[in-house]
Amino acid sequence: MADEALFLLLHNEMVSGVYKSAEQGEVENGRCITKLENMGFRVGQGLIERFTKDTARFKDELDIMKFICKDFWTTVFKKQIDNLRTNHQGIYVLQDNKFRLLTQMSAGKQYLEHASKYLAFTCGLIRGGLSNLGIKSIVTAEVSSMPACKFQVMIQKL
Amino acid sequence: MCQVYLWNYPLYIRSVPTENELQFHYMLHTSLDVVDEKISAMGKALVDQRELYLGLLYPTEDYKVYGYVTNSKVKFVMVVDSSNTALRDNEIRSMFRKLHSSYTDVMCNPFYTPGDRIQSRAFDSMVTAMMIQVC
Repeated sequence: MADEALFLLLHNEMVSGVYKSAEQGEVENGRCITKLENMGFRVGQGLIERFTKDTARFKDELDIMKFICKDFWTTVFKKQIDNLRTNHQGIYVLQDNKFRLLTQMSAGKQYLEHASKYLAFTCGLIRGGLSNLGIKSIVTAEVSSMPACKFQVMIQKL
Repeated sequence: MCQVYLWNYPLYIRSVPTENELQFHYMLHTSLDVVDEKISAMGKALVDQRELYLGLLYPTEDYKVYGYVTNSKVKFVMVVDSSNTALRDNEIRSMFRKLHSSYTDVMCNPFYTPGDRIQSRAFDSMVTAMMIQVC
Protein backbone atom coordinates (compact mmCIF):
# COMPACT_ATOMS: atom_id res chain seq x y z
CA MET A 1 0.00 0.00 0.00
CA ALA A 2 1.27 3.46 -0.84
CA ASP A 3 2.24 5.81 1.90
CA GLU A 4 -0.84 7.19 3.58
CA ALA A 5 -0.02 10.84 2.95
CA LEU A 6 0.20 10.09 -0.75
CA PHE A 7 -3.16 8.37 -0.69
CA LEU A 8 -4.78 11.32 1.07
CA LEU A 9 -3.28 13.83 -1.35
CA LEU A 10 -4.23 11.77 -4.38
CA HIS A 11 -7.75 11.36 -3.09
CA ASN A 12 -8.14 15.09 -2.48
CA GLU A 13 -6.82 15.82 -5.92
CA MET A 14 -9.13 13.26 -7.46
CA VAL A 15 -12.20 14.80 -5.87
CA SER A 16 -11.27 18.33 -6.89
CA GLY A 17 -10.28 17.10 -10.36
CA VAL A 18 -13.65 15.51 -10.96
CA TYR A 19 -15.49 18.58 -9.71
CA LYS A 20 -13.34 20.89 -11.79
CA SER A 21 -14.13 18.97 -14.93
CA ALA A 22 -17.80 19.24 -13.99
CA GLU A 23 -17.49 23.01 -13.85
CA GLN A 24 -16.02 23.03 -17.31
CA GLY A 25 -18.97 21.03 -18.50
CA GLU A 26 -17.15 17.79 -19.28
CA VAL A 27 -19.08 15.84 -16.74
CA GLU A 28 -22.69 16.49 -15.85
CA ASN A 29 -22.94 18.05 -12.46
CA GLY A 30 -24.92 15.36 -10.71
CA ARG A 31 -22.68 12.65 -12.11
CA CYS A 32 -19.61 13.56 -10.04
CA ILE A 33 -20.52 11.37 -7.10
CA THR A 34 -21.28 8.49 -9.44
CA LYS A 35 -17.99 8.93 -11.19
CA LEU A 36 -16.01 8.89 -7.96
CA GLU A 37 -17.99 5.90 -6.78
CA ASN A 38 -17.19 3.99 -9.96
CA MET A 39 -13.52 4.74 -9.56
CA GLY A 40 -13.68 3.36 -6.05
CA PHE A 41 -15.52 0.29 -7.29
CA ARG A 42 -12.75 -0.73 -9.65
CA VAL A 43 -10.05 -0.03 -7.08
CA GLY A 44 -11.95 -2.03 -4.47
CA GLN A 45 -12.18 -5.01 -6.80
CA GLY A 46 -8.45 -5.01 -7.37
CA LEU A 47 -7.56 -4.47 -3.73
CA ILE A 48 -9.78 -7.21 -2.40
CA GLU A 49 -8.34 -9.63 -4.94
CA ARG A 50 -4.89 -8.94 -3.57
CA PHE A 51 -5.79 -8.89 0.12
CA THR A 52 -7.71 -12.15 0.10
CA LYS A 53 -5.01 -14.04 -1.77
CA ASP A 54 -3.57 -15.69 1.30
CA THR A 55 -6.56 -15.78 3.61
CA ALA A 56 -8.65 -18.83 4.32
CA ARG A 57 -12.00 -19.20 2.65
CA PHE A 58 -14.75 -17.11 4.23
CA LYS A 59 -17.48 -18.90 6.10
CA ASP A 60 -20.35 -16.52 5.54
CA GLU A 61 -21.43 -12.96 4.98
CA LEU A 62 -20.56 -11.85 8.50
CA ASP A 63 -17.10 -13.28 8.14
CA ILE A 64 -16.62 -11.18 5.01
CA MET A 65 -17.89 -8.03 6.71
CA LYS A 66 -15.49 -8.60 9.59
CA PHE A 67 -12.67 -8.91 7.12
CA ILE A 68 -13.66 -5.59 5.54
CA CYS A 69 -13.84 -3.90 8.95
CA LYS A 70 -10.55 -5.21 10.21
CA ASP A 71 -8.00 -6.14 7.58
CA PHE A 72 -9.27 -4.09 4.66
CA TRP A 73 -9.87 -0.94 6.69
CA THR A 74 -6.53 -1.23 8.47
CA THR A 75 -4.64 -1.49 5.24
CA VAL A 76 -6.40 1.37 3.53
CA PHE A 77 -7.15 3.75 6.39
CA LYS A 78 -4.66 2.64 9.07
CA LYS A 79 -7.34 1.91 11.63
CA GLN A 80 -10.18 -0.50 12.22
CA ILE A 81 -13.84 0.26 11.98
CA ASP A 82 -14.99 1.25 15.45
CA ASN A 83 -18.37 -0.35 15.42
CA LEU A 84 -20.10 -2.90 13.24
CA ARG A 85 -23.80 -3.50 13.65
CA THR A 86 -26.15 -5.72 11.76
CA ASN A 87 -29.80 -6.72 11.82
CA HIS A 88 -28.89 -10.19 10.45
CA GLN A 89 -31.14 -9.53 7.47
CA GLY A 90 -28.60 -8.05 5.14
CA ILE A 91 -28.09 -4.60 6.60
CA TYR A 92 -24.75 -3.72 8.12
CA VAL A 93 -23.74 -0.40 9.62
CA LEU A 94 -20.06 0.36 9.80
CA GLN A 95 -19.18 3.24 12.06
CA ASP A 96 -15.85 4.99 11.98
CA ASN A 97 -15.41 7.63 14.67
CA LYS A 98 -12.39 9.23 13.09
CA PHE A 99 -12.56 8.64 9.37
CA ARG A 100 -9.21 9.34 7.75
CA LEU A 101 -10.44 11.21 4.72
CA LEU A 102 -12.42 13.64 6.85
CA THR A 103 -9.80 14.37 9.51
CA GLN A 104 -8.25 17.12 7.40
CA MET A 105 -11.40 19.20 7.56
CA SER A 106 -12.48 21.13 10.61
CA ALA A 107 -14.52 19.05 12.99
CA GLY A 108 -18.10 19.96 13.55
CA LYS A 109 -20.81 21.01 11.17
CA GLN A 110 -19.17 23.73 9.10
CA TYR A 111 -18.32 21.73 5.99
CA LEU A 112 -21.01 19.13 6.35
CA GLU A 113 -22.40 19.77 2.86
CA HIS A 114 -19.07 18.91 1.26
CA ALA A 115 -18.60 15.66 3.15
CA SER A 116 -20.46 13.52 0.64
CA LYS A 117 -17.87 14.24 -2.06
CA TYR A 118 -15.17 12.77 0.10
CA LEU A 119 -17.11 9.66 0.97
CA ALA A 120 -18.18 8.57 -2.51
CA PHE A 121 -14.87 6.92 -3.34
CA THR A 122 -14.92 4.91 -0.14
CA CYS A 123 -18.50 3.80 -0.75
CA GLY A 124 -17.36 2.49 -4.10
CA LEU A 125 -14.39 0.82 -2.48
CA ILE A 126 -16.64 -1.18 -0.17
CA ARG A 127 -19.11 -2.00 -2.93
CA GLY A 128 -16.39 -3.14 -5.31
CA GLY A 129 -14.74 -5.26 -2.68
CA LEU A 130 -17.99 -6.96 -1.75
CA SER A 131 -19.00 -7.51 -5.35
CA ASN A 132 -15.71 -9.23 -6.05
CA LEU A 133 -16.42 -11.56 -3.15
CA GLY A 134 -19.78 -12.37 -4.67
CA ILE A 135 -22.06 -10.04 -2.73
CA LYS A 136 -24.17 -7.44 -4.47
CA SER A 137 -24.83 -4.43 -2.29
CA ILE A 138 -25.77 -0.79 -2.03
CA VAL A 139 -23.53 1.35 0.11
CA THR A 140 -24.50 4.74 1.42
CA ALA A 141 -22.61 7.03 3.73
CA GLU A 142 -23.90 9.44 6.29
CA VAL A 143 -22.19 12.07 8.41
CA SER A 144 -23.80 13.80 11.33
CA SER A 145 -20.71 15.38 12.80
CA MET A 146 -17.21 15.35 11.38
CA PRO A 147 -14.98 13.39 11.43
CA ALA A 148 -17.25 10.50 12.43
CA CYS A 149 -19.21 8.78 9.72
CA LYS A 150 -21.38 5.78 9.12
CA PHE A 151 -21.50 3.50 6.12
CA GLN A 152 -24.66 1.58 5.58
CA VAL A 153 -24.32 -1.57 3.53
CA MET A 154 -27.51 -3.05 2.16
CA ILE A 155 -26.98 -6.49 0.77
CA GLN A 156 -29.13 -7.50 -2.15
CA LYS A 157 -30.13 -11.09 -2.16
CA LEU A 158 -29.96 -12.78 -5.52
CA MET B 1 -3.99 -27.93 -19.67
CA CYS B 2 -5.41 -25.31 -17.45
CA GLN B 3 -8.32 -23.02 -17.26
CA VAL B 4 -9.57 -20.06 -15.32
CA TYR B 5 -13.25 -19.57 -14.70
CA LEU B 6 -15.29 -16.82 -13.22
CA TRP B 7 -18.66 -18.15 -12.20
CA ASN B 8 -18.65 -20.91 -14.78
CA TYR B 9 -17.74 -18.55 -17.55
CA PRO B 10 -14.34 -19.27 -19.06
CA LEU B 11 -11.78 -16.50 -18.79
CA TYR B 12 -8.79 -18.35 -20.05
CA ILE B 13 -8.10 -21.75 -21.62
CA ARG B 14 -4.79 -23.19 -22.62
CA SER B 15 -3.92 -26.74 -23.57
CA VAL B 16 -0.93 -28.79 -24.57
CA PRO B 17 -1.13 -30.84 -26.77
CA THR B 18 -3.71 -29.15 -28.97
CA GLU B 19 -5.21 -32.27 -30.50
CA ASN B 20 -8.20 -33.70 -28.72
CA GLU B 21 -8.89 -30.28 -27.30
CA LEU B 22 -12.63 -30.81 -27.26
CA GLN B 23 -12.29 -33.78 -24.98
CA PHE B 24 -10.38 -31.60 -22.54
CA HIS B 25 -13.01 -28.92 -22.68
CA TYR B 26 -15.64 -31.48 -21.91
CA MET B 27 -13.69 -32.68 -18.90
CA LEU B 28 -13.17 -29.17 -17.61
CA HIS B 29 -16.82 -28.28 -17.87
CA THR B 30 -17.84 -31.45 -16.06
CA SER B 31 -15.40 -30.71 -13.31
CA LEU B 32 -17.15 -27.43 -12.52
CA ASP B 33 -20.02 -29.36 -11.00
CA VAL B 34 -17.62 -31.19 -8.75
CA VAL B 35 -16.12 -27.85 -7.70
CA ASP B 36 -19.57 -26.49 -6.81
CA GLU B 37 -20.35 -29.63 -4.89
CA LYS B 38 -17.16 -29.40 -2.88
CA ILE B 39 -17.75 -25.77 -1.99
CA SER B 40 -21.33 -26.23 -0.85
CA ALA B 41 -20.35 -29.31 1.14
CA MET B 42 -17.74 -27.23 2.87
CA GLY B 43 -20.34 -24.76 4.10
CA LYS B 44 -22.48 -27.47 5.70
CA ALA B 45 -19.98 -29.82 7.23
CA LEU B 46 -18.19 -27.87 9.88
CA VAL B 47 -14.91 -29.41 8.94
CA ASP B 48 -12.27 -26.76 8.97
CA GLN B 49 -11.24 -27.38 5.43
CA ARG B 50 -11.01 -23.78 4.40
CA GLU B 51 -8.03 -23.87 2.16
CA LEU B 52 -8.39 -22.39 -1.31
CA TYR B 53 -6.90 -25.49 -2.88
CA LEU B 54 -9.56 -28.16 -3.37
CA GLY B 55 -7.30 -31.08 -4.20
CA LEU B 56 -8.04 -33.84 -6.65
CA LEU B 57 -11.52 -33.39 -8.04
CA TYR B 58 -11.80 -36.72 -9.78
CA PRO B 59 -9.50 -39.13 -11.58
CA THR B 60 -10.30 -40.63 -14.96
CA GLU B 61 -8.46 -43.41 -16.68
CA ASP B 62 -5.86 -41.21 -18.31
CA TYR B 63 -6.09 -37.90 -16.52
CA LYS B 64 -6.36 -36.29 -13.14
CA VAL B 65 -8.39 -33.15 -12.58
CA TYR B 66 -7.43 -30.67 -9.86
CA GLY B 67 -9.31 -27.62 -8.66
CA TYR B 68 -8.74 -24.35 -6.82
CA VAL B 69 -11.21 -21.60 -5.97
CA THR B 70 -10.25 -18.14 -4.82
CA ASN B 71 -12.16 -16.05 -2.31
CA SER B 72 -13.51 -14.03 -5.20
CA LYS B 73 -15.08 -17.24 -6.59
CA VAL B 74 -12.71 -17.59 -9.49
CA LYS B 75 -12.18 -21.22 -10.32
CA PHE B 76 -8.95 -22.65 -11.56
CA VAL B 77 -9.06 -26.15 -13.03
CA MET B 78 -6.10 -28.19 -14.16
CA VAL B 79 -6.02 -31.49 -16.03
CA VAL B 80 -2.83 -33.50 -16.00
CA ASP B 81 -1.75 -36.83 -17.38
CA SER B 82 -2.03 -39.45 -14.66
CA SER B 83 1.10 -41.20 -15.88
CA ASN B 84 3.02 -38.15 -14.77
CA THR B 85 4.08 -39.29 -11.31
CA ALA B 86 6.43 -36.39 -10.70
CA LEU B 87 3.44 -34.21 -9.91
CA ARG B 88 2.45 -34.61 -6.31
CA ASP B 89 -0.14 -32.71 -4.38
CA ASN B 90 2.41 -30.18 -3.24
CA GLU B 91 3.63 -29.34 -6.72
CA ILE B 92 0.09 -28.91 -7.95
CA ARG B 93 -0.67 -26.66 -5.02
CA SER B 94 2.29 -24.41 -5.71
CA MET B 95 1.34 -24.27 -9.39
CA PHE B 96 -2.13 -23.10 -8.42
CA ARG B 97 -0.67 -20.48 -6.11
CA LYS B 98 1.48 -19.18 -8.93
CA LEU B 99 -1.56 -19.09 -11.18
CA HIS B 100 -3.49 -17.24 -8.52
CA SER B 101 -0.86 -14.57 -7.98
CA SER B 102 -0.60 -14.01 -11.72
CA TYR B 103 -4.35 -13.68 -11.89
CA THR B 104 -4.18 -11.10 -9.09
CA ASP B 105 -1.71 -9.10 -11.14
CA VAL B 106 -4.03 -9.21 -14.13
CA MET B 107 -6.94 -8.12 -11.96
CA CYS B 108 -4.99 -5.15 -10.60
CA ASN B 109 -4.15 -3.98 -14.09
CA PRO B 110 -6.30 -0.89 -14.65
CA PHE B 111 -6.65 -1.66 -18.34
CA TYR B 112 -8.27 -5.01 -17.68
CA THR B 113 -12.03 -5.07 -17.32
CA PRO B 114 -13.08 -7.72 -14.82
CA GLY B 115 -14.96 -10.52 -16.51
CA ASP B 116 -13.21 -10.19 -19.84
CA ARG B 117 -11.12 -12.88 -21.41
CA ILE B 118 -7.57 -12.70 -20.12
CA GLN B 119 -5.26 -11.52 -22.88
CA SER B 120 -2.24 -10.60 -20.84
CA ARG B 121 1.18 -11.46 -22.18
CA ALA B 122 2.63 -11.83 -18.70
CA PHE B 123 -0.08 -14.33 -17.79
CA ASP B 124 0.48 -16.23 -21.03
CA SER B 125 4.19 -16.57 -20.51
CA MET B 126 3.71 -17.66 -16.91
CA VAL B 127 1.36 -20.45 -18.02
CA THR B 128 3.72 -21.46 -20.81
CA ALA B 129 6.63 -21.65 -18.38
CA MET B 130 4.57 -23.75 -16.03
CA MET B 131 3.58 -26.17 -18.79
CA ILE B 132 7.13 -26.57 -20.05
CA GLN B 133 8.22 -27.36 -16.54
CA VAL B 134 5.60 -30.07 -16.25
CA CYS B 135 5.84 -31.75 -19.61
